[in-house]
Amino acid sequence: MAKSTGETVLWSLFAAGGVVAALLIPVLIFITGIALPFSDSGMLPSLERVTFGRLHDLATSLLGRLVLFAAISLPLFHCANRLFHTTKDLGLHGARGLVGFICYGGAILGTVVGGWLVFTL
Amino acid sequence: MPKPYIRKMPATWWLRKRAYFWFMMRELSAVFVAGYCVMLMVFLWSMKQGVSRYEDLLGWMQGHIWTIGVHFIALVFAAYHSITWFNLLPKVIVLRQGEEKVPGIYLVSAHYVAWFVISAVLICLVFKSH
Repeated sequence: MAKSTGETVLWSLFAAGGVVAALLIPVLIFITGIALPFSDSGMLPSLERVTFGRLHDLATSLLGRLVLFAAISLPLFHCANRLFHTTKDLGLHGARGLVGFICYGGAILGTVVGGWLVFTL
Repeated sequence: MPKPYIRKMPATWWLRKRAYFWFMMRELSAVFVAGYCVMLMVFLWSMKQGVSRYEDLLGWMQGHIWTIGVHFIALVFAAYHSITWFNLLPKVIVLRQGEEKVPGIYLVSAHYVAWFVISAVLICLVFKSH
């Protein structure tokens, strides 16, 4: 079946998002969701308490901003693609337009909000 | 155009075989990854508001320990995505050196090494002491 340009773009974003998610998301979950709250509470003495200033400097460096933006935007397109196709496999054959709008619209919204956050931090 | 024939399937078809179940777990990882992307935005939003809002967020997470449990579950699903993604790569990308096909194991190993190095570097950048 011939694919439209739009579909090619979506599958490219799916692939790029798959790589970025695979390389970055587990370690980011560990850092922001587990290690930082724990180290801040002093429950894990081996982890030094990270100061806000240091974290802010890292996040606002050029590399920090690019990594964070890539880690928010691209995985959202990857996930949008997976959810869009899996909802069909789960029996949601109708309302493809609406489901697509929610999935890819969510990824676009996340890209805009995430980009704004990352580059105005 | 004729209407495509859609075979009726119960929504629980993926519970019938182990392979289908793991396929669905891989797809489910997308829910956790997308959920974490939103959480990362909440985290950055708190940082943008300044140090007191950032510490409020960390304090709230410490007071509600289930949030760290949810992050742990998300970490397991995200790692499952990484493993399945890397292991599938040789089926998508075929590298050639001259006439010879480069064995897929090199491509897969290179990605595991990159995953490990990137993770170690980021953890050291944030947590290493001066």
